[in-house]
Amino acid sequence: MAQVVTYTIMGAEHEAERGTSLLAELRRHGYEVPSLCFNENLSPYGACRLCLVEVKKGRRQKLTTSCNYPVQDGIEVFLDTERVQRNRRMVLELLLAQAPKAPRELRALADRYGVTDIRFPLNGDEECILCGLCSRTCRELVGVNALTFSGRGDRKHMGTPYAEGSEVCILCGACVHVCPVSCIDLSESGGNRRIRRWDRELPMLVDEFGVPTMTTAQAEYMARRTGMPVETFGTLPAQRRSEK
Amino acid sequence: MARLSSRDDLEALRAQIVERLDPERKAVAVCAGTGCVAYGSYKLTDAFRAEVERLGLDVEVRATGCHGFCERGPLVVVYPQKIFYQRVQPKDVVEILEKTVGEGEVLERLLYEDPVSGEKYTYEEDVPFYKHQQRLILGNNGRIDPTSLEDYLSIGGYSALAKAMFDMGADAVLEEVLAAKLRGRGGGGFEAGWKWKGCKEAPGQPKYVICNADEGDPGAFMDRSILEGNPHSVIEGMIIGAFTIGSSHGYVYVRNEYPLAVERLGIALQSAREAGLLGEDILGSGFSFDIRINKGGGAFVCGESTALMLSIEGEVGEPRAKHIHTVEAGVWDKPTNLNNVETWANVPHIVNRGSGWFSSIGTENSKGTKIFSLVGKVNNTGLVEVPMGITLREIVEKIGGGIPGGGTFKAVQTGGPSGGCLPESMLDLAVDFDELTKAGSMMGSGGMIVMDQNTCMVDVAKYFLDFLRFESCGKCVTCREGLKRLWEIVDRITRGEGREGDLELIEELSECVADASLCALGGTAPNPVLSTLRHFRAEYEAHIRDHKCPAKVCKELITFTIDAEKCTGCRVCAKKCPTGAITGEKKKLHVIDQTKCIKCRVCYESCPTKWAAVVVE
Repeated sequence: MAQVVTYTIMGAEHEAERGTSLLAELRRHGYEVPSLCFNENLSPYGACRLCLVEVKKGRRQKLTTSCNYPVQDGIEVFLDTERVQRNRRMVLELLLAQAPKAPRELRALADRYGVTDIRFPLNGDEECILCGLCSRTCRELVGVNALTFSGRGDRKHMGTPYAEGSEVCILCGACVHVCPVSCIDLSESGGNRRIRRWDRELPMLVDEFGVPTMTTAQAEYMARRTGMPVETFGTLPAQRRSEK
Repeated sequence: MARLSSRDDLEALRAQIVERLDPERKAVAVCAGTGCVAYGSYKLTDAFRAEVERLGLDVEVRATGCHGFCERGPLVVVYPQKIFYQRVQPKDVVEILEKTVGEGEVLERLLYEDPVSGEKYTYEEDVPFYKHQQRLILGNNGRIDPTSLEDYLSIGGYSALAKAMFDMGADAVLEEVLAAKLRGRGGGGFEAGWKWKGCKEAPGQPKYVICNADEGDPGAFMDRSILEGNPHSVIEGMIIGAFTIGSSHGYVYVRNEYPLAVERLGIALQSAREAGLLGEDILGSGFSFDIRINKGGGAFVCGESTALMLSIEGEVGEPRAKHIHTVEAGVWDKPTNLNNVETWANVPHIVNRGSGWFSSIGTENSKGTKIFSLVGKVNNTGLVEVPMGITLREIVEKIGGGIPGGGTFKAVQTGGPSGGCLPESMLDLAVDFDELTKAGSMMGSGGMIVMDQNTCMVDVAKYFLDFLRFESCGKCVTCREGLKRLWEIVDRITRGEGREGDLELIEELSECVADASLCALGGTAPNPVLSTLRHFRAEYEAHIRDHKCPAKVCKELITFTIDAEKCTGCRVCAKKCPTGAITGEKKKLHVIDQTKCIKCRVCYESCPTKWAAVVVE
């Protein structure tokens, strides 16, 4: 029972379903709002603090992240205000110091918002910005739930439970795909696929031309989920050889 | 206890209990709050019981909840005269029983002596620490055995529940709580009545009622003492709340580090259940409600309501945005009303005595009393309950008895790790929710740490930032990274590596942490550093520009030396130095080897005051 509400973005009137993510709406209307931890297919998390906007509701105007702000009737949304820009620049500076090896995506954002100077000591080798996209994808879309945050405060980190090699990860690579700073390494060699960050290595199936398709665990998981036979997704290289 | 199936049953039982009570009965009440237990009050209680038995006396020995004056524990009150003894040891037991209980003689040496005036006090209510308080919530702690439902009934317990269910009805109770303007004691200060109303009107079933007992502020222990000392008062408040809102399920989220509170709460819940005061068809009213205990793992952030609710669900305790209020979608997305321990404990009083009475106490927008845990450099540490609007000065000087050892007051930190430090010039501030916030601090849950001239305010800011950077949930970049960076800068300053521009960077970053973080933890986390910067900026500047710590606390900025003219060569400091940094023969000048000195202050503190030969600069 979707309720349609009316609200404004920079003075322009828009309609949306009540409760939709404001960031998704902003993007639908073509507004450019930076974000590193949002994906429309996942529940919003609000960790990277880049998608800041100001929202006026009644008499109160407040700064909020737009990803986890549910659109409500009569709100007025303001983008790129001085307050938004000031905070966003500081967030980028903090992120760059936290993950100095983070690749171009983060750098590009920093450049766009004029962050050149980092006034904090750089964090060695770290690349992960703790956006949580990998674990949310694994849990909400893949359904495997192999990853989780552990620790808190400045010791928080992302990984497999107890920092031991995961026993449930099927190495589907979805986490690699969604990572906004490309810090999850996936490699394939010798008929195996591995992600070093999760300390996991599994054998792969091949297609009819002998090209690796996916890991056996992934094929078994997909077979279970779809009810299709495992062979649909490939065969073991050894079996192919024996067929010949 | 037989199950009570009507209000008449309850009142008949109460009448029976009260009739048995003899106001002239001789009794010894021993405080069994955590502070006194640590001082050995269990042994003391055992000693009293053994002696009473051995001597064949008709004296009741009662282990009660926390009396609040933890500084002077173990505490004992002798009834019926209410003679107040402090620092009582098992060796005093025989004398107390023979002389005080037996003959009414007062033992001078066990009386409380005011450290300033030297005056001795015989009765609890005359002791300055208690005299200036208004103990609505804590008052009964010292009168009852927290494990006894009968004791709670004897002081009118569960009469407010009966009144709410049988005389008033849910709507009238809500009106009363709204009219009382009871504000949340957990820190937010949001009006409890409005929360109840929101939850009551929210669609969805079941509705949940939660008591937040995840007290995590360093040095704060008021919720703990209520749960340990008078758990039924909290349970009664929760049942009344649940009845008003229309909730059937309740949780008490309590820290696992509070074993005594968990134990006594468990006993209280069980006895209330057996008596028909909790569970199905309470007192035959048709209303059913039960409470479960949920033990928290000790994350400070789980005191934040949304993180607490996720933790109950078994998820990682991380706050979420409250654009949809928890009264509409809280635990398992169901309407949930959460209040703090102290807030719930106020409810039975409001129902019994009315909103008019309640709102006659306190200031215009902050009604009732507030419990503070008064700790730090103050003579009388402990729990104090005062009417809102009392000045900081009254709390620190009159109740707290001033600064020990002839020291001078420097600051008082209120509101826990996210509160602020207020200087001497603000001592006349009236303590309530709004005034504290205006002054750059906050009420928080009621921590109050007094600091003297030997406290370095930069070091204090560093301490709280260190606490918060570990206790932030780590979700928001601004809170996780921002607090870490703030700590790094302040840490650098305390090591004498501060730079020009540091203070401006602290201010700029603090503003962002407070403005752009999701929850109130991040929103208030810069308070300690900002308030110390605001009121003690010169101290920061001395660290940065002169590389000096004016309070002589920051180790990298001080050196200990021995004054050649004053040292008599007594070897006291040399013997006590843990690193063997002090050399020198007897009756000859001693010297501190700076390469070995770890600046632990032992030499400074052990040098006899008549020589005072150790100099710290």
